Amino acid sequence: MATRAQAAKEKVPALATERELRWPQRIRRRLPNGLEVVLVESHTIPKFNAQLIFRSGNALASREAPGLAEMTANVVRTGTASRSSRQIEEDLRTMGANLACSAGADSSAISFSGLTEFAGGLLALVADLAQGATFPADEFERERRQRIEELRIERTTPGFLAGERLRQVLFGAHPYSIAAPTEVQVESYRREQLVEFHRQNYVPDRALLIAVGDFASENMLQQIEKTFAQWAGSPPARPEFPAPTKATGRRVHLVHLPGTVQTQVLVGNLAITRRHPDWLPLTLANSIYGGAFNSRLVMNIREQKGYTYSPRSTVYPLREHGYLNIHAAVRNTVVAATLTEMFYELDRIRSVPVGEQELDDARSYLSGVFSLGLGTQDALAGQLATVYLNELPEDYLETYRQKVRALTAEDVLTAARKHFDSANAQIVIVGDREQVGEQAALFGPVETYDQQGNRL
Amino acid sequence: MTALQIPIEETKLDNGLRVVISPDRAAPVVTVGVYYNIGFRLEPRGRSGFAHLFEHMMFQGSENAGKMEHIKLVNSSGGVLNGSTHYDVTNYFQAVPSNALARMLWLEADRMRALKVDEENLRNQRDVVKEEVRVNVMNRPYGGFPWLDLPPVAFQNWANAHNFYGDFADLDAATLDDVQTFFKTYYAPNNAVLLIVGEVDPPEGFRLAQQYFGDIPSNSLPAQADVSEPPQKEERRGAVEEPFGTLPAIAVGYQAPARRTPDWFALAMLDQALHGGRAGRIHRRLVLEKQVAVDTEGGIQYPVGNLFDYNGPTLMVTRILHKPEYSAEKTLETYDEVIGEVQEQGVSEDELEQVKVKFRSDYFSMLEGGMGGYMPRYGLMHLLACFALFDGEPGLVNTILDGFQKVTRARLQTAAQKFLVPSNRSIVLRQPVQKGTA
Repeated sequence: MATRAQAAKEKVPALATERELRWPQRIRRRLPNGLEVVLVESHTIPKFNAQLIFRSGNALASREAPGLAEMTANVVRTGTASRSSRQIEEDLRTMGANLACSAGADSSAISFSGLTEFAGGLLALVADLAQGATFPADEFERERRQRIEELRIERTTPGFLAGERLRQVLFGAHPYSIAAPTEVQVESYRREQLVEFHRQNYVPDRALLIAVGDFASENMLQQIEKTFAQWAGSPPARPEFPAPTKATGRRVHLVHLPGTVQTQVLVGNLAITRRHPDWLPLTLANSIYGGAFNSRLVMNIREQKGYTYSPRSTVYPLREHGYLNIHAAVRNTVVAATLTEMFYELDRIRSVPVGEQELDDARSYLSGVFSLGLGTQDALAGQLATVYLNELPEDYLETYRQKVRALTAEDVLTAARKHFDSANAQIVIVGDREQVGEQAALFGPVETYDQQGNRL
Repeated sequence: MTALQIPIEETKLDNGLRVVISPDRAAPVVTVGVYYNIGFRLEPRGRSGFAHLFEHMMFQGSENAGKMEHIKLVNSSGGVLNGSTHYDVTNYFQAVPSNALARMLWLEADRMRALKVDEENLRNQRDVVKEEVRVNVMNRPYGGFPWLDLPPVAFQNWANAHNFYGDFADLDAATLDDVQTFFKTYYAPNNAVLLIVGEVDPPEGFRLAQQYFGDIPSNSLPAQADVSEPPQKEERRGAVEEPFGTLPAIAVGYQAPARRTPDWFALAMLDQALHGGRAGRIHRRLVLEKQVAVDTEGGIQYPVGNLFDYNGPTLMVTRILHKPEYSAEKTLETYDEVIGEVQEQGVSEDELEQVKVKFRSDYFSMLEGGMGGYMPRYGLMHLLACFALFDGEPGLVNTILDGFQKVTRARLQTAAQKFLVPSNRSIVLRQPVQKGTA
């Protein structure tokens, strides 16, 4: 019997003809009060998934108090004129709903999902939170204490400390530099500040309501119009912040975390937003560099050298600026070796054009993975939020794959040269300084901080 | 409520491989998985962590797809992939545009047929796994808590009680022989199920399954191992040091009944009443009302599994981070008030109805999701696999909800009285180490 093992190596099956990717119809409507509504039907399960997004976040709030938008979001769900905290949670459960209030640098959001049969009730509850949150004093005190305890724990977490330091280093005086408030800042929040942030910013004008799910769009639109009709208000003008200055020369920023058995290594520089013309070529370059499992960085420091479990690089697009973040958690003795490989791969992608096969594989990866986002209600809602929150072209989803496929090796090289700023990249190391030892200083002048961000 | 009608077709190849297909044309993508009926519970003694290390080896090369080729072929087909090791199953899965289906089946069949790995691959992945353990357990606050801290206290059978991520000495002791032996013992078609979920024409899916997997020889499987626990007679206690985190933590684990028994259906509803988010009784009392704790979470097999994906002794777990000004005993007192109330009074008809609605809603989302949107229908695939391997009945995905909806107040209260007793639980305290001034 001729087994397969004895036969010549088998050929990899070819891909079948690609199936057409059809993005679902969207209904997009601006209500008289300025609320922009985007609806998409997706009948995968008898539920729907929605996000109500306000274009005001921690950056805007930073002039008042760092992290204030986030604290506001934490307390929003704890009481309205007609519902106690407990009532809100039980109402949600009755409707089979999940709800999360959150805030990032640029926006605040109420995200919710639930059974379609209860859509009307859930929309009414969300409208109640958006318009009628009362910020009960005792709930505010409780949330404030919880936030302080969370921050204490976060500042013992290597990944968190590394990200926080990188933001400080890259953004300087710009509010994007603040990843999280200090304990003292949280301690000094006043309830009135939350009430005021909510009053000014949880308003319909320029807000976005995206819903994806098992509904008839016209019905859903009517329900939304009815539920949010009485709501009015415009947010304050978005303040202009001076652009952060690009760093010159590599520097090392070491956060000393006593007792670590592994070191968090991170390399970054200022980059671009999604609205920048280089966004797609840079995404492709990043995917080849360290964005995908099959990327150069992962193959190098994981699959060949075994330094780390999950190295990756990401370009984070904030609204006004973006930044590159290359990270790996490595054993203490290979910090210098890891940085050497990270820079080697950066310099390689900046100087040598990517080969045809690797380019083709990476384009297929990006365009294929993009289509996976069609498969679930929450992923689809996320894709739509990206488009409309960033005010990307209306045909962004439909043309994405075609644009990715048109990219060339030259495009990758150009984007890498412009936005992978190897010579001026900033290095953050989080670990026990005794363990890191002399490895840090090999890559530039070293500044050392404690977990609270104080210079040591 | 209308019954679920997810289309499911299944067959079994001559070599014993089950094939389950659930077609769905919502998007031109397909999720392909192979589940092996072996998890870390049954890894060899002296080889803690081996099932997981082995999972890594499955990405290191097979007869026709060498190291890195597997990953490269999935990514370059426009897909993403991963694998994970559970108590009783190990899975390998990828989501791709549907035109890559044949290629994915070829890849999975190739590594089911023969692993081709060497010493260098083993050394490499041993290093990678150690960094995985460091990043997830040893170098972060509350790492491995409580999923690695509870079992050694709660269980007495080594299968259930050992360190599933692996002692480093055991990882170091693992050899290439161990790898091939484990592969030959458990990674056989008659110990696995293949799942194709998403855009696929079922007859074509079955044809491709036969074409690629049909000639992989079956194996005689080892006799069913004894993973049973001796009956627990009294509360068990343990303590662990927390090297980084600033808050004291408590984990409570109650031994849970076998799946699909009446007690199990009732305990699942009780679990939702106790641990169901901010409306759950434990969070409400400890965090929102009494404010002794900063956070509580929990569930059956929390946080590394769920109600459906185990096939041996397991726990219903509560994890509490409490304020340092309250002692562990004081915190547990408050916790026990909650347990006492549900034992004495049960829950109201209204609360039970709320819990059922929420359970049903969460169940739908679990089937659709997702793992953060990158692996469509992972949840459906996972349940189909567990029902196929443990119950021989993947169609339970459509009918299992009925059992939960039928749970009565009386049944729920009885389950509380039967399972939530001190003699059925284990408690682990994780206390921050006292640090000198920095």
